[in-house]
Amino acid sequence: MPNVNLAHLASLEAESIHIFREVAAQAARPIFLYSIGKDSSVLLHLARKAFYPARPPFPLLHIDTTWKFRAMIRFRDEIVQRFGLELRVHTNPDGVRDNVNPFDHGGAYTQIMKTDALKQALTAGNYDIAIGGARRDEERSRAKERIFSVRAPGHAWDPKRQRPELWHLYNGNLAPGETLRVFPLSNWTEMDVWNYIAAEGIDVVPLYFAAPRPTVMRDGQIIVVDDDRMRLEPGEAPVERMVRFRSLGCYPLSAAVASDAGDMEALLREMRTTRVSERAGRLIDRDEGASMERKKREGYF
Amino acid sequence: MPASVLRVLTCGSVDDGKSTLIGRMLFECDGIQDDVLATLERDSRRFGTVENGIDYALLVDGLEAEREQGVTIDVAYRFFETDAYRFILADTPGHQQYTRNMVTGASTADVAILLIDARKGILPQTRRHAAIASLLGVRQVVLAVNKMDLVDFRQEVFAKIDTDFELLRPKFNFTSVTMIPVVARDGDNVTTSSDRMPWYSGTTLLAALEAARPSTTQQDGAFRLPVQYVNRPDHLFRGYCGTVSGGRVRPGDIVRNTAARTEAKVERIVTMDGDLEEAAAGMPVTLVLDREIDVSRGDVLSADPQPVTADRLESWVVWMDETPLFRGRAYLLMLGTRTVVATVSDITARIDMETLEEEPVRELALNEIGRVSLSLTHPVVCEPYTASRDLGGFILIDRLTRNTVGAGMVTTAGVRSTDIVWHQMEVDKTARARLKGQKPAVLWFTGLSGAGKSTIANLVEKRLLAMGHHTMTLDGDNVRHGLNRDLGFSEADRVENIRRIAEVSRLFVDAGLIVIVSFISPYRAERMLARDRVAKDEFFEIFVDTPVDECRRRDPKGLYEKADAGQIRNFTGVDAPYEEPLSPEIRLRTLEASPEELADQVIEALRGAGTVS
Ligand SMILES: Nc1nc2c(ncn2[C@@H]2O[C@H](COP(=O)(O)OP(=O)(O)O)[C@@H](O)[C@H]2O)c(=O)[nH]1
Repeated sequence: MPNVNLAHLASLEAESIHIFREVAAQAARPIFLYSIGKDSSVLLHLARKAFYPARPPFPLLHIDTTWKFRAMIRFRDEIVQRFGLELRVHTNPDGVRDNVNPFDHGGAYTQIMKTDALKQALTAGNYDIAIGGARRDEERSRAKERIFSVRAPGHAWDPKRQRPELWHLYNGNLAPGETLRVFPLSNWTEMDVWNYIAAEGIDVVPLYFAAPRPTVMRDGQIIVVDDDRMRLEPGEAPVERMVRFRSLGCYPLSAAVASDAGDMEALLREMRTTRVSERAGRLIDRDEGASMERKKREGYF
Repeated sequence: MPASVLRVLTCGSVDDGKSTLIGRMLFECDGIQDDVLATLERDSRRFGTVENGIDYALLVDGLEAEREQGVTIDVAYRFFETDAYRFILADTPGHQQYTRNMVTGASTADVAILLIDARKGILPQTRRHAAIASLLGVRQVVLAVNKMDLVDFRQEVFAKIDTDFELLRPKFNFTSVTMIPVVARDGDNVTTSSDRMPWYSGTTLLAALEAARPSTTQQDGAFRLPVQYVNRPDHLFRGYCGTVSGGRVRPGDIVRNTAARTEAKVERIVTMDGDLEEAAAGMPVTLVLDREIDVSRGDVLSADPQPVTADRLESWVVWMDETPLFRGRAYLLMLGTRTVVATVSDITARIDMETLEEEPVRELALNEIGRVSLSLTHPVVCEPYTASRDLGGFILIDRLTRNTVGAGMVTTAGVRSTDIVWHQMEVDKTARARLKGQKPAVLWFTGLSGAGKSTIANLVEKRLLAMGHHTMTLDGDNVRHGLNRDLGFSEADRVENIRRIAEVSRLFVDAGLIVIVSFISPYRAERMLARDRVAKDEFFEIFVDTPVDECRRRDPKGLYEKADAGQIRNFTGVDAPYEEPLSPEIRLRTLEASPEELADQVIEALRGAGTVS
């Protein structure tokens, strides 16, 4: 990276590239979990750097819940095409059969269309290492997640199996039935991700930039109406608002923020001064307070 | 934007105020956003320990809850940034598992913050933390003397702690030590100077961190590239990928594949952003060489002076597993990008964490640090840890669970002296075996006491003899009473017992014999060790599979009865574990067939494998 001011990004980049190469050297059947968002975009960029001039030596896997923003799917297909990548898409057939959706099924929706779907795809593909874009700064409970995180047979996270990680030595050896999740962006923050996207000129889904979009309010959050499957109240009509997203997922579950950061420069300025965390826009995370409460009830504080 | 990344280790005893201090720093460096702060304010009112204020510890205290749930306590990583650095804070809890966690955090740290409670002063715990940081190569430390409010901000208290630490300092290898009086709860001297301690004119904690230097970049030394991955998209391109661990490289430089003693010239340093003029320590690179030399993962490309290529290592090992480390045990050793099998050839001493002196021991328990000699199946390219964390730090991996069970630091490295090199003797195993008209083998009978090992082994030997084969039996009676009469039944002695038997078996196999071993041998790791002593097709693990209830019913020597009565300790199946073979060559189910039939099954299996005809 040319700019001296970006030295800390160069060092995060170096660590991530090192991790990617460890995966390629140690895995028998690696897979890249591609979720189309900004973190995946950075992750893919780093993978391309790690193996240049070759293409990354693993296919991409996208878990399609069928409720992603249309712009995300378009972006995904364009990226795959542009870089000549191999994309595998999986949707949980049970969920499709039972018409599982974010409006009627709440938490079960996430379980069935995301978690179960991912497990199905990983089992079917017999992958030993799955690379993901999670960061340790995303929430407090992730702060001690390993970079090479071991999963028991059946993909469960078992704290007792987690290995100490020393120096830059990543133990990718697995006992029968075990698999690994590897997180090359572990040490990145959301701000690092944006600074890097800007510095490297990485393309991201346009939804991250502010534009007038049709919206409705749900529980005090702004929801963008991406297609006519959105359930409107009787007599309700979407309202156009200048909004953008901090974090992208299934459109009925991703809250937008009011913003007029329409380009990268404005976005960086907004990010540097924002007083709200990325997590606030993820509707599934909102019961954090409740879990603190539960801990309190159980006498942990 | 920050200039660089700085990795910081924080350690302290329980309740020294570490969580409060970290929470405070995250807050003051703007790492906390409004919605998180709102939650924090609410939580502080409900669960906080600070009256009428914000309890910053709650920002990071998730770990405490997990401790009480009995979940393993781990290193937590937290980030914040200032203009000077983007900080990566490795937060290690001060509880029982502290060694393992601290070592993990210290392995990459540039600077360590050691917390001291002003009321308590330097505790044994402080000495341990300092010793571990020093051993792991952390050269810069900041001592935060916390809770100054509880000693009325008195300078004498601080001065006394300062003097106490100076007395200890010769025991450690620190280049910079900064001691700072703080009140984590209120923020005094954390990021802003305190007016409650006018006698202190030194820096704040944050300023001390900003003044520290990243230590990992060894850009002055000779060039080193541990090869991670060979990039070969087609027959035209071959690039060697890895992160430069020392020095610099430019196109035109001569580099050597250290272990193979071949050399080539660097032609290009390839990146997606174009070829580089130069690459330095810390950078991931892809090197293209001007000619084809054999290089693969695990090799090290180096400039002169070359690092050593060694198959014996003297090291410090931090043991991280519940099962102690014994002499004779074998593990996978990962150093740089190379993984080899390492056998523990000796354990000589451990550091007494109270006195920081070395004391002689024969085994290392969980969280102990000791001097360990290792002998490797294949050589590795390495350097002393003090010269290079990347080529001197290694991990030990259990071959069955695949867990990381130890961390090591090379102190010296050498090559097995030439007079005991296993040179190909003219009269060799094959020659000796041919004379006897047979293929040598080890028939390793394992199973519980009373399972029927000796009975079946005897019958097998008789049949082999009748077929004209040369055999030798090793069992408890002829070995325990002679060769191993110095050994008891502790876990360490059992390991040594099996190690010797494995070695003797190997010698007999070299003599061309079919060796029949009949031992309970309860641990998989030891049986694996015995297996590794001979060639792949020479070892037959024969599991005499009898349920423990049946063994107990048979109890031919009355041993189970004695064990139940507590007269025998460490009795396999009663108060010591038996690890069943996962994939034995032969499994004999004694409930389903007579000993004669089972002996025939063994002969059949040997015939199937081509060992006998
Ligand atoms: N008086 C006083 N109390 C403190 C200070 N720092 C922390 N504490 C209190 O000490 C207790 C333990 O702090 P905590 O941060 O949880 O300690 P940890 O176990 O080291 O993480 C809490 O009740 C804190 O509020 C300080 O500087 N002065």
